[in-house]
Amino acid sequence: MTTLPNPYLPEIATVVETFPETPSIKTFRVVLNNPERMKAFSFKPGQVGQLSVFGVGEATFVINSPPTRMDYLQFTVMMAGEVTSKLHSLNVGDQVGVRAPLGNWFPYDTLKGKSVVFVGGGIGMAPLRTLLLYMLDNRKDYKDITLLYGARSPDDMAFKYDLPDWTTRKDMSTTLTIDREAPGWEHKVGLIPNVLLEMNPSPKNTVAITCGPPIMIKFTLQALQKLGFGDDQIITTLEKRMKCGVGICGRCNIGTKYVCMDGPVFTYAELKQLPNEL
Amino acid sequence: MAAKYLASEKLPAWLAELAASRVVLVPVKERDAVVFRPYSEGVKPVLDRQANVPPKASIFPASESLMSFKYIKNPEDLGQVAVEVHETVDAPPTVVFGGRPCDVRGFNIFDRVYDCPKVQDPYYKARRENTLFVTLACEDAENACFCHWVGSSPSDPVGSDVLLTPIQGGYLVEDVSKRGKALLSSKLLADGSKRSTEAKAVHKAALESLGEVWNPEKAPAKLLEKFDDMGFWEDVSAKCVSCGACTYLCPTCYCFNVTDERSGMKGERIRTWDNCMSYLFTLEASGHNPRPTKAHRLKNRVGHKFSYYPDIHEGIFACCGCGRCIKLCPVSVDIREIVRLAVERPTAKPEKS
Repeated sequence: MTTLPNPYLPEIATVVETFPETPSIKTFRVVLNNPERMKAFSFKPGQVGQLSVFGVGEATFVINSPPTRMDYLQFTVMMAGEVTSKLHSLNVGDQVGVRAPLGNWFPYDTLKGKSVVFVGGGIGMAPLRTLLLYMLDNRKDYKDITLLYGARSPDDMAFKYDLPDWTTRKDMSTTLTIDREAPGWEHKVGLIPNVLLEMNPSPKNTVAITCGPPIMIKFTLQALQKLGFGDDQIITTLEKRMKCGVGICGRCNIGTKYVCMDGPVFTYAELKQLPNEL
Repeated sequence: MAAKYLASEKLPAWLAELAASRVVLVPVKERDAVVFRPYSEGVKPVLDRQANVPPKASIFPASESLMSFKYIKNPEDLGQVAVEVHETVDAPPTVVFGGRPCDVRGFNIFDRVYDCPKVQDPYYKARRENTLFVTLACEDAENACFCHWVGSSPSDPVGSDVLLTPIQGGYLVEDVSKRGKALLSSKLLADGSKRSTEAKAVHKAALESLGEVWNPEKAPAKLLEKFDDMGFWEDVSAKCVSCGACTYLCPTCYCFNVTDERSGMKGERIRTWDNCMSYLFTLEASGHNPRPTKAHRLKNRVGHKFSYYPDIHEGIFACCGCGRCIKLCPVSVDIREIVRLAVERPTAKPEKS
């Protein structure tokens, strides 16, 4: 057996840009300090990484920039605990640790020639953004691209800088929604599953990819089934508490599957095979 | 396999010989418990009972540094701070002496997870390579022992380098591995080739003392079948106090946590044993907890050992039958009883939510 590298040792990276997305969400762009390692770094859309602040700890986030744009790796972090709070206080030039890529990825290859419906809620847009940008950068490989992105309010909507492009380009169809009316909001108002039913996308040769808060996913799955999407035409990503990221430490398993290795991406058909422990 | 004989009175001399060039961990009495500690002259190993705490920490310490880190300010520009990280693998040559076959078998369960084609844990691997096991076959079963349920036995040599069997006046000493054979070159060991029959009789008697075998081969499927039968899990976990003793004392439990400790500009990333019976183990940042009650957590613990692990690892149970989780549980939760009930009790239909 060949000796594999130490899976716990992070690469040192520098924060090159940071900006707020919403009052509780911040984005970091980082570059590995070793230029050769940065040049050689590769990942697939949907893969995650462990971002660490030495002295505080590590937490898992999806790499939400696409592999087709490798000037930096982008992570978007919602403030929820100790590590995320510390991450929110970082500035350009600060040093972090990166262990990536970890986990599986969206089946971007087998989606070729198919239409894709993205349904993202709040911070759940982060993993979808990676695949969406990847597909837009390889547009000819895919058929219709539809995006439904919702948040509680306009202020809670992340990736606002992407929205002018997504809402105006001719090669995709974008619907934005918020839960309740807000001054100046020119898009849809309504909960994501209801808006999705109104949009009535055809399941024919189409795959739906959804990520968001658990309650949103639950009702979105029901809506997709009503629309006629089969279990293997629905893809989602799971969030779990993770530590090692390499299937050893034992906290992210659902039965025999480890979300950090076998996930975070699962089809609904795969989820149904797992014990009921989400 | 060469058979040698070690007279009881020569045991301290052999331990001293082994300890001359390595750490030798032996079971010793510390207050009321028997635990593994480094041998030095005068230390009296306790070999007539199973240690309360298995020698798990010899390969997988309860707490260890994975790396050290240091922040370094740029003297030209104090606002610029670099960080250096150094791997900290500590694996001194070690012999674990006097562990039981179940204790050693535990590491075979670890091996499939910590040193496999997908991932290699360098800390675990280094210590595994630098550690030899001189194991003591059991003469008699203790009341919670059930190694024979999980494919082992009181004289199981799997995972050991040398197997000792207590016989009249001393021990039969047999090499199991190539590395173990090197330990048998000591002049303190006499020829034991004529005493193998005596040792075999000890092995046979010990196996018989364990009583009837119960085969858990149906457990993986039956435990999954009972996954949503929360009435069953609430019933079998009713007396559990979530203390986690079962996990910390288990030779096959390998879950861990990783935390950082910083003091000034320096610090360490530390790995510590973790405990799936704790509420915090799976608590997510959002506040959601997929295993919110002790019933959910005990279900995962038993499920991992008797269903998930064997499903991934060729039917091997992640349990060595040492019985510590039964003997040392403050409220006598009995994993044997839970697995048996899971197989034998009809499964209730899940309530509609």
